[in-house]
Amino acid sequence: MSGVPPSSPARPPAGSAAPANAVEAAAGTAVVPLPYSSKQLQELLGSSWEARLKEMYRGMLLGRVLDTRMLGLQRQGRVAFYGPATGQEATSVGAALAMAEGDWVLPGLREQLIALMRGLDLTLYLHHLFGNDLDTARGRQMPCHPSAKEARYVSMSSNIGTQIIHAVGLAYALRYKRETGVSWAFFGDGATSSNDFHSGMNFAGVWKLPVLFVCTNNQWAISIPNEKQTASATFAEKAQAYGFEGSRVDGTDVVAVYHALREAREALASGKGPRMVECVLYRLTPHSSSDDPSRYQPKGWMDRAKAHDPLGRFEAMLDKLGLLPAAEREAIRAELDAKVRAAIQEAEVMPPPRFESLFEDTLRTPAWPLTEERDSFDKEQGGNFP
Amino acid sequence: MTELTLIQGVNQALHQAMKKDPDVLCLGEDIGVNGGVFRATDGLQKEFGEQRVLDTPLNESGIVGMAVGMALYGLKPVAEIQFLDFIYPAFDQIVSELAKLRYRSGGQFPAHVVIRTPYGGGIRGGLYHSQSTEQLFASTPGLKVVIPSTPADAKGLLLTAIFDEDPVLFMEPKRIYRTATGEVPDGDHRVPFGKARIVREGTDVSVFAYGAMVPTAFQACQVLEKTGIHAELIDLRTLVPLDIDAVVRSVEKTGRAVIVHEAPKFCGFGAELAAILAEKALYSLKAPIARVTGYDTPFPYTLENLYLPSVDRIGRAIQRTVTAG
Ligand SMILES: Cc1ncc(C[n+]2csc(CCOP(=O)(O)OP(=O)(O)O)c2C)c(N)n1
Ligand SMILES: [Mg+2]
Repeated sequence: MSGVPPSSPARPPAGSAAPANAVEAAAGTAVVPLPYSSKQLQELLGSSWEARLKEMYRGMLLGRVLDTRMLGLQRQGRVAFYGPATGQEATSVGAALAMAEGDWVLPGLREQLIALMRGLDLTLYLHHLFGNDLDTARGRQMPCHPSAKEARYVSMSSNIGTQIIHAVGLAYALRYKRETGVSWAFFGDGATSSNDFHSGMNFAGVWKLPVLFVCTNNQWAISIPNEKQTASATFAEKAQAYGFEGSRVDGTDVVAVYHALREAREALASGKGPRMVECVLYRLTPHSSSDDPSRYQPKGWMDRAKAHDPLGRFEAMLDKLGLLPAAEREAIRAELDAKVRAAIQEAEVMPPPRFESLFEDTLRTPAWPLTEERDSFDKEQGGNFP
Repeated sequence: MTELTLIQGVNQALHQAMKKDPDVLCLGEDIGVNGGVFRATDGLQKEFGEQRVLDTPLNESGIVGMAVGMALYGLKPVAEIQFLDFIYPAFDQIVSELAKLRYRSGGQFPAHVVIRTPYGGGIRGGLYHSQSTEQLFASTPGLKVVIPSTPADAKGLLLTAIFDEDPVLFMEPKRIYRTATGEVPDGDHRVPFGKARIVREGTDVSVFAYGAMVPTAFQACQVLEKTGIHAELIDLRTLVPLDIDAVVRSVEKTGRAVIVHEAPKFCGFGAELAAILAEKALYSLKAPIARVTGYDTPFPYTLENLYLPSVDRIGRAIQRTVTAG
C-alpha cells in the first residue's frame, strides 16, 4: 500500500500516525519508542494514567509470555498447534481496555488475549490449549479457539471472516433489548476479502448498528501481502463506501489504540452507527507453526518489523520517561511467567476428554445414528483385534 | 517410472498439464510465491509466471467464480481451495453455477474447471481442517468427484480431470500426502474415471474405501489374511462417475460388504453404496452390510483417533460381517 492514508478522519493522537506500509515504515531495525511525553500520557489516559500504563504493560506482557512459553511447548511436541499473536499485543490490550463490561467480542484468529483480559481464567484457557477433559469444549477445537461466555467472547470457527456478520446480528440484538453494550468484530487484513466482511459492513451501515469493526492489519494473510489483497490504498477507507467512518491507527502503539478505540466506542454507544478502525501492525512470527515465511517475505522484513514490536516500543518509552523502573518490570514478568508456568503444569497432566464427550453437544438430544454409535462404542472400539 | 509421494504426484500432474497446454492456469490462496500451504503447487509460479499461477485474495467464491468465468472463454483453470473445510463460501458457485452450466445452456457452455482441495482428518486439525464432505458434492448432479489414494492415481486422475470438459472436484487425502509413496509413470499418465481399482483380491468379503481410508483398510485386510479371512479391497477412485459394475460384481462374488469412509454415516456416500447393493445385489448378500465411518458429529480435535475409522475398528467390522449369517 502506498502513501498517506487518504480517508482517515479520525487520526491517531500525539503524532503516532499509522505507518503507510509494512516494510517502509521503520527506517531500520532499531525499536522506535512510543512518541509520548509524560504530560501527553496524562492528557490521553487521565488522572490514573500511571496505573493505566501498568495495566497496559501487564496485559501486553502476559500475551508475550504466553506466546513464548506455548511456542516452546509446540516445538517440543507437547501441544500440536499454537497460533501466536506476537506483535499484536498493543491492539488486543488497547481494545480490551477500551471495552465496557457489557460489550461483546467476535474474535478473529489472534484475539485470545482479549478473552483473558476480560475474565477468561488462565488455567481454563490452558486446559483448552491442551484440549483436555477440563476444556470448556472438551478438546473439540484446535488450540487458540477458546469459547468464553463469561467474558462475552464468542466461540469462533477457523473460517476466515464468518464472525463479522455475527457481530452485526449481535449488535442488533443489543439494541433491540435496549442494552448499552456494543459489539466488536475483529478480523485480519485477509478477512476483508471475505463475503461476510461485505455482508457485515453493509448490514451494519444500513441499520446504523453499534458495531466496532476492528481490522488487525498485520500486513500478511499467510503469504499474501496487503497489495495483493486489495487495490484500495487502505483497508479503513472501505468503510466510506458502506456509509460510515473508517480510520487508521498505529496498532503497535497501545496508547493510540486505546484512545482511538475508546473514542470510536463512545461514538457508537451514543447511537451514531458503526465505525471501522484499521490497526496497522506487524506479524512478528510465521503465520503459524506450519508456515515458512522465508519462502515469501522479502529478506530482512521480519528484522525491520521488529522495530515495531509493541512491547519493545512501550518499554523504550518507559525508559525514556523514567517510568516503571526495570526492576519493577522484571518482577511483573517473573510473576506472569510463574502464573503461566503453573497453569501449564496443571493443564498438561489432565487426562484427555472422556470418550463419552464425543457423543455430547452435537444436538441437545442426540439423533440416530449417533445414539447407536454411542451405545455400540465399546463393541466397535474395544476388545482384541484380530 | 519414478518413486513419488502423493503430493509430488499432484505437483507433477500440474507441471505437465501446464507445459502441455497454455490454456491451463492455476489460481488459489498462497499457491504462487508460497507454493501452496502443503506445497502442492511448488515451483509452478517460478516456471509459468504470475499470469498463469495466480495468488488470489482470500475469497473462495471468488476463486471458483473466477475459474468459471475463465472457463466460459475456453481456458482450463485449476482452482485450489486451501482446505475442503473452507469451500463453503464457494458452494453457491459450485452448486448453482459450475454444476449447472452445461445443462442450462443446452451444452453451449460446459464448465471446464477443476477444483483441487485437501480433505480429511488425522492431522490434528480439529473441526475446521479435517472434514470429509464428499457426499454434499457427489449428490450434486453435474459435478464429478474424484479422490485418489496413491501417487500414481493422484497424477493420472488429476491429468484426466484437467483435460476433462466437465467440472471435477478433486479431493486430495492430505493425511497421506507424504506417507503414500509409489512408482509413478513419467509421461502423460492418465487414469480413466469410472474405473475402480482392486487393491487386493479376496473371496470372503468386499471392502469399499477411497482416499486416506484405503491404506487403513488395506492394513486391516492384511491382518485378517493371517486369520484366514480373504478380504477383497476396492478403491473407488471416482465417486462420480461410480464404477457400479465393480461394486456389484465384487459383492456377487463375496456375498458380504463393508463400506469405509471418514465422513459421518447418515446420508454419507456409504448410504448410496448400500442402496445400490440392496437394489442390485440383494440376493447375493449373506450378511447385513456394515458401514465403518466417522461418528455423526462435527470433527473433534483431541479424540480424532477415536473418531476416524481405525485399522482395529475396520478389522472388527470385517470380522463381524464375515461371521454373521
Ligand atoms: C474461509 C477461509 N479460507 C482460507 C483459510 C485459510 N487461512 C487461515 S488464516 C488465513 C489468512 C488470514 O489472514 P488475515 O485475515 O490477514 O489474518 P492473520 O492470520 O494475518 O491474522 C488463511 C488463508 C481459512 N481459515 N478460512
Ligand atoms: Mg493478516
